[in-house]
Amino acid sequence: MSALNIKKGSTSHSAYNLRDTHSDKIERHTLAVVVENEPGVLARVIGLFSGRGYNIESLTVAEIDHEGHRSRITIVTSGTPHVIDQIEAQLGRIVPVHEVHDLTAAGSAVERELALFKVGGKGDARVEALRLADIFRANVVDSTLESFVFEITGTSDKIDAFAELMRPLGLIDVARTGVAALSRGAYK
Amino acid sequence: MTREMTGAKMVVQALKDQGVEVIFGYPGGAVLPIYDEIFLQNDIRHILVRHEQAAVHAAEGYARSTGKPGVALVTSGPGATNAVTGLTDALMDSIPIIVLTGQVPTFMIGTDAFQEADTIGITRPCTKHNWLVKETDKLSQTIHEAFHVATSGRPGPVVIDIPKDVQFATGRYADRAHHVSRYQPRKKGDPDAIMVLVKMMETAKKPIFYTGGGVINSGPAASELLRELVDATGFPITSTLMGLGAYPASGKHWLGMLGMHGLYEANMSMHDCDLMINIGARFDDRITGRIDAFSPRSRKAHIDIDPSSINKVIRVDVGIVGDVAHVLQDLLDVWKSRGRVTDRKGLSGWWDEIAEWKKIDCLKFKNSGKTIKPQHAVQRLEALTKGRDRYITTEVGQHQMWAAQYLNFEDPNRWMTSGGLGTMGYGFPASVGVQLAHPDALVINVAGEASWLMNMQELGTVAQYRLPVKQFILNNERLGMVRQWQELLHGERYSQSWSEALPDFVKLAEAFGIKGIICKDPADLDDAIMEMINHPGPVVFDCLVEKHENCFPMIPSGKPHNEMLLGEADTQGVIGSQGAVLV
Ligand SMILES: Cc1cc2nc3c(=O)[nH]c(=O)nc-3n(C[C@H](O)[C@H](O)[C@H](O)COP(=O)(O)OP(=O)(O)OC[C@H]3O[C@@H](n4cnc5c(N)ncnc54)[C@H](O)[C@@H]3O)c2cc1C
Ligand SMILES: Cc1ncc(C[n+]2csc(CCOP(=O)(O)OP(=O)(O)O)c2C)c(N)n1
Repeated sequence: MSALNIKKGSTSHSAYNLRDTHSDKIERHTLAVVVENEPGVLARVIGLFSGRGYNIESLTVAEIDHEGHRSRITIVTSGTPHVIDQIEAQLGRIVPVHEVHDLTAAGSAVERELALFKVGGKGDARVEALRLADIFRANVVDSTLESFVFEITGTSDKIDAFAELMRPLGLIDVARTGVAALSRGAYK
Repeated sequence: MTREMTGAKMVVQALKDQGVEVIFGYPGGAVLPIYDEIFLQNDIRHILVRHEQAAVHAAEGYARSTGKPGVALVTSGPGATNAVTGLTDALMDSIPIIVLTGQVPTFMIGTDAFQEADTIGITRPCTKHNWLVKETDKLSQTIHEAFHVATSGRPGPVVIDIPKDVQFATGRYADRAHHVSRYQPRKKGDPDAIMVLVKMMETAKKPIFYTGGGVINSGPAASELLRELVDATGFPITSTLMGLGAYPASGKHWLGMLGMHGLYEANMSMHDCDLMINIGARFDDRITGRIDAFSPRSRKAHIDIDPSSINKVIRVDVGIVGDVAHVLQDLLDVWKSRGRVTDRKGLSGWWDEIAEWKKIDCLKFKNSGKTIKPQHAVQRLEALTKGRDRYITTEVGQHQMWAAQYLNFEDPNRWMTSGGLGTMGYGFPASVGVQLAHPDALVINVAGEASWLMNMQELGTVAQYRLPVKQFILNNERLGMVRQWQELLHGERYSQSWSEALPDFVKLAEAFGIKGIICKDPADLDDAIMEMINHPGPVVFDCLVEKHENCFPMIPSGKPHNEMLLGEADTQGVIGSQGAVLV
């Protein structure tokens, strides 16, 4: 680690940052974007990513404050530190964007994703699927004689791992919500 | 106080409340109720352009020359799509304009109705923000918010899309005075960062101010403060194309424009400086040239109101987010309170170096007694209009660069040009907007014949409103800038860069009842220019110039600042294959 590799977010004001933005290492960051809940705001955010060539690995959105017309968009993106900084700044200048938080830069965040898995099969495979689901704390939310639908929550890695295990056992379909995330601790 | 009125009336009322005096527009089915209201009042003047693109450029010219937002009104569908180039132009150059578009009635949206276009979707990436207003009750506050957004922070274009039923329906009008907006970009710079910059200024041996359009955006106070700062510190100053006039060209510390076609001394100073202070400029690629060779030995500071401008292209040592005028005021206060320190000895050595670069006289050119050299034409225009109440617009191409190089600007808001998008066809309608804002001023559009033809329909507007704009066309019968690149980069294969079948510009003007002047002999040039200036009405001036003149200095694409071409002799095989992919 170079001396410049001071933890991200360590300078609060934008004045002169100590981050090593020269690094061309690709990092994965989770951003929480609180927006005015108005038509087209999601299109603006997505348009920014496609228009400027940034990656979206996952994106979730839902209203979080009905009275206050606020929605929260959680975006998992990847890029060099310089690109991540630009993404944050570019999001910040969208008029209906209230706040942008880089949860990854701020320290470890709690990240969860929900997924539904439809697994078909009979006999041993079926039993094995059920056993693995139990280990992963997935719930059975639908079953027929030839299929299960499992509901699972966890980090994206955990869900990826579950998917790998289900594939040979007769995986028919998957639906994932994308990541929802919050920072740890008593503050925003 | 709440008042009930129709949406159409609200539009006009809100514009009045915002202090709008003139709007540029073109009617159509989806805006007829608004046109009705315009008909019924006399406070706001409507200028009927001949194409919606021109309405937007005229609004830009109005805005840039006054510091106030410009307003355009167009119909749905084709009216809105015709406005897109102007919107993108305004976005790139940070020009505050409000474009009102008509839309099909709300109950028909999404049905492919007659003249329906997804205006909000189409203009989303080319506006700072846009709104579709579905309820008349929300219309007036949306218009007030639109003015606020367009003019606050980094200025830009906004669109308000108003369905026809919303224009007819009645709703409550909200006064401007009661409008509160959440959108409040930060103006004051961080004091710690300002202190760091002051300390850098105190010890710098080779400092330079690199200023840009942000100084103009910030308003006249910013230019005043900049002048004070430059003159008090004695640091040299250069500016981008967009910032010309913020510091006077006659100023002692002025190095001229920098960048691809900037002056030798400006670019060399940028390359060799030890402290670069960027004030409201955005490290555009016309400025930086090859990024990794850009001013390699300097520490860099950047003052910009848009956080995303800082560290976007060039990593800086100090970034100060804030409005130029606010930051410069604080910077000056701190610097003065610490005893106005600069490294005098270092500075004087620095000025000696700069003096050597100035001796190159990079703008010299070989004049001719036979054909009019375009540089000479601009020089004469400068000499004969100097000291007048003068505003200049340009089209895009070589003539634009010659205008930037050979005209001198003493004040901000006097120079209107399409920098970021480089929109051919900008200058003529922009001159219309400028003239409306400054009816008694001398407004000249320095044009290339090809660009000018792109919006020449505005001759109708000029004739109708008797706008005395002067169209000074440097006619080289070529798409000159394209031809220059083909000469340097594509083996002189002049593919499609001829201006074929040109009109007789004098007759063309006369067909609109406008005065036309043609000039081809250098001996007649001064008299012809004087005739143009002295004519009380609009003039189309066809100035036949040298056809294959190249614009120098030039930093070829992909080259650093210290590898500038100064004239024909330098041009052989200069741009490598890597540079050729750049624009
Ligand atoms: C054919 C052609 C050739 C060109 N050649 C050159 C050339 O040789 N040299 C050259 O300079 N340009 C040239 N240009 C123009 C160039 O493309 C850019 O448009 C220009 O350099 C950008 O100017 P700027 O950096 O001042 O930024 P602008 O586009 O004017 O942006 C202003 C910056 O200031 C910030 N800002 C806005 N308001 C404020 C405020 N109130 N306070 C603080 N900051 C604020 C904005 O956020 C932005 O970052 C050329 C264009 C064309 C078409
Ligand atoms: C709308 C548009 N189309 C194409 C271009 C590319 N372009 C840049 S300069 C230029 C030639 C301009 O010719 P002219 O207006 O005659 O000016 P000159 O360069 O000859 O002075 C062209 C085609 C552009 N900038 N804008």
